[in-house]
Amino acid sequence: MTRQLPIDPDALSKLARVYATPFSRRYAIPAVMITGFALFAFGLWYLDFSFWRTITGIRQFGWIVGLMMPPDSGNALPNYLSAMGETLSIALLGTSLAAVVALPVSLLAARNVIPSALLRFPTRRFFDSIRGVDTLIWALVWINVVGLGPFAGVLAIATSDFGAFGKLFSEVIETADRKPVEGVRAAGGSALHEIRFALLPQVLPVIAGQVLYFIESNTRSATIIGIVGAGGIGLQLAEQIRVLEWQHVSFLILMILVAVAVIDLVSKRLRFAIIGRPSSAEAH
Amino acid sequence: MRRRLRFAAGAVVFAGLVVLAANGAEVSLAVLFAKLGNFTSYFYRILHLDNGQWVWTDFPEWFWGLKKWARLLSETVLISYVGTISGAVAAFGLNFLAARNVAPRPSLRAVVLRFLEFCRTVPGIVFALIFVIAFGLGPMAGVFAVMIHTAGALGKLYAEVVENIDMKPVEGVRATGANWLAGVRFAVVPQVMANFASYTLLRFEINVREASVMGFVGAGGIGQELLVAIRKFYYSDVSAILILIIALVFAIDIATGWVRHRFIGTEQLP
Repeated sequence: MTRQLPIDPDALSKLARVYATPFSRRYAIPAVMITGFALFAFGLWYLDFSFWRTITGIRQFGWIVGLMMPPDSGNALPNYLSAMGETLSIALLGTSLAAVVALPVSLLAARNVIPSALLRFPTRRFFDSIRGVDTLIWALVWINVVGLGPFAGVLAIATSDFGAFGKLFSEVIETADRKPVEGVRAAGGSALHEIRFALLPQVLPVIAGQVLYFIESNTRSATIIGIVGAGGIGLQLAEQIRVLEWQHVSFLILMILVAVAVIDLVSKRLRFAIIGRPSSAEAH
Repeated sequence: MRRRLRFAAGAVVFAGLVVLAANGAEVSLAVLFAKLGNFTSYFYRILHLDNGQWVWTDFPEWFWGLKKWARLLSETVLISYVGTISGAVAAFGLNFLAARNVAPRPSLRAVVLRFLEFCRTVPGIVFALIFVIAFGLGPMAGVFAVMIHTAGALGKLYAEVVENIDMKPVEGVRATGANWLAGVRFAVVPQVMANFASYTLLRFEINVREASVMGFVGAGGIGQELLVAIRKFYYSDVSAILILIIALVFAIDIATGWVRHRFIGTEQLP
């Protein structure tokens, strides 16, 4: 027979107190859930959602999808192909331009190059503010400056990528190994020598991988900046949607899907060739 | 030596592509340099009020429409919030069918994967353009556009999280004779919730930026107002709205960072 140990209720309740989940933790998750749900409901009300409109909208959308089948370009295929070429050009040029401009500036935001926070912080915030503004907004601004057309698109992509690259590059530079830098310095090299012979060889492959990744994701952005008039296939797409040529619309969307898939494949191959493994930018 | 050659060859190919692209995009450096003055003067102009003073000399005049803009900004945040939540719910429902280790059957998995890919490859604003016609002008179209794009993007990320879980709890639950749904509920979900939540927060941040341009096509939010200001050359309005958008993005950035820190913990962040 087992003998029951005497239990001291006082000690037990003390233990219970010690091991209990604190009040704040126990109610944190439900409180967050309830707040979140309330905000969601408020949002639905504030944005004029109604059951009826949703139903009619979905029915309408289904009807549109029906009209989209089968995808057909009519006789505008050459037009669309050249627009697609323009889109790819915009993505490539915009990204390269951004990379070229961002590399020197990103040095200013890297802790191991510029130890002084006085210069580093404003540079960082500057990158952040540029990134905070969507590519389409930059496209509108550049249209005002250089006029309608693909050139404005190139500059828009370049501007918004400049912000992203500045941040990414400076992070890459900060993770570079210090020893080569010290070696160059010990051999009597100047600050520029340090950057050229110790930092750049370390960071360039990683940066190249990131640039490739961005060319890929910019193909996606470049397909839409045409909507505001900055060149590329987006212009055709917006145009065809406006005139309700749904078969053309589905054809254009299909073209975008194929182009993105192809660029995806090519850039993945290239990235593997350059750095030998999936880059960290992939998580982006 | 061989590496050098390969590098040189790559550089030449790249340069060739750039020249080709420059041709295709009608880029000319001459135009850029000729118009570069316009760019600086554009910023000079958007930082000046109608009476020729710098904008920061007269805040009430600069932010004259603050009330209206604040309303539109909150509409933007709500569009991205509602869109993110509903997109996340859709992604939550779909990702278990798309994760290699949990998916009940491969054929269904392939279909779901293609569907998610479609949703995230077609840009949100294209969906917005179509939805504006289907649902009428207004924020509803924006919400649905954000939702679809979010479902595609999050569905993929969620599925990747699920593919990295520890399978032992799943086997344990299945060994008790539980069906697929119970396995997912009691073995998979507890492992992935934290990562799901942090990805969702990140997506919310991105969506706020995206929702800020939904108005360009008439899908609600601050975009419409900005479009009008830029197109009609209301210079000081442009800078005021841009600053409000940037401030909003920063604020959301900080807020989501705080929430992530407070409730989800900092470990294993993407």
